[in-house]
Amino acid sequence: MTTFWILSPIIVLAALGILFVRKAVHAALLLAVVMIGLALLYLTLQAPFLFAVQIIVYTGAILMLFLFVLMLVGVDASDSVVETIKGQRGMAIIAGLLLGVVLVLGLSQMSLGAVTGLDTANANGNVEALADIMFSRYVFAFEVTSTLLITAAVGAMVLAHRERLDPKPTQADLAAQRMQDYAASGKHPGNLPTPGVFARHNAVDTPALLPDGTASETSVSRVLAARGTVRSAPAMAEDVAGVEKQLGSAPHAGRDASAPATTEEEAPAT
Amino acid sequence: MTPYVVLSSILFTIGCVGVLTRRNAIVVFMCVELMLNASNLALVAFAKQNGNLDGQIAAFFVMVVAAAEVVVGLAIIMTIFRTRRSASVDDASLLKY
Repeated sequence: MTTFWILSPIIVLAALGILFVRKAVHAALLLAVVMIGLALLYLTLQAPFLFAVQIIVYTGAILMLFLFVLMLVGVDASDSVVETIKGQRGMAIIAGLLLGVVLVLGLSQMSLGAVTGLDTANANGNVEALADIMFSRYVFAFEVTSTLLITAAVGAMVLAHRERLDPKPTQADLAAQRMQDYAASGKHPGNLPTPGVFARHNAVDTPALLPDGTASETSVSRVLAARGTVRSAPAMAEDVAGVEKQLGSAPHAGRDASAPATTEEEAPAT
Repeated sequence: MTPYVVLSSILFTIGCVGVLTRRNAIVVFMCVELMLNASNLALVAFAKQNGNLDGQIAAFFVMVVAAAEVVVGLAIIMTIFRTRRSASVDDASLLKY
């Protein structure tokens, strides 16, 4: 019972956390805490097989799926606070509190009598006893389960599959498209500058510095830019300004970030 | 066994409130999982109370069904996200009109 009183506050707090955290990733991690806590509770309830299954299936497979989908959908996909139905959140909380109070009061006043315990049922081992029941009385349910699993796998494949409607562009098509873009909008046809070029760090979150000291926006991944974790450029730009002052050349600002970098021979002329 | 059942009911309630209040489809899904887990805890507790293993078998089947449900549900969320660029349950409201 000590295990229960230690684990249950942790489980309830983690479950409440799922309601209040804004980021879905944090909710997934809190759910993992709840699952592992429940697995340990199964151990105290003489269910070692379910302990293992809970860890393997829930924390191993299901939460991994959740995290994969979060990764695909985007980690920054957080909840909006806008209510589409007016007063829905307050009503939901009141209804939830009512349900909780009724359940807790009702269940805590109920007397279940003496606990029989599973010592006789688990006499030959929990897994053996479960197997005995599952492959005799519940064998039909077990077979139906296999149908369900196959259906789920096929369904997921059908849902995830996407038919390609237009032919895949070849390398020649892509090259022609790049040259058309260059002719139409002046977009640089070559590859984008790599992060950290001419900057002090070569980390991926450090934007490349153009020869005039401005940061090139195209050199950092747009995912990092959307998350707002790009290292700020001014500190490095000041370094370049200092170097330019030492060299005695006038700094030239306002260069287009996507313009191709000028060579050193051109720089003093402008 | 009463504390176990009370804990299970608290978790179930939290899951219910989560389904009703959260807007992100993935978090709503996690709350559904929380409710399934709460019912599992009650099943295992009653299995010990009554001294037979049928409750544990039921909990095992619930886990299997939950695994299948998560696979299909997340695939649906992915498909909706691909066409709608959003994982919010409020944005999938086309059937209303």
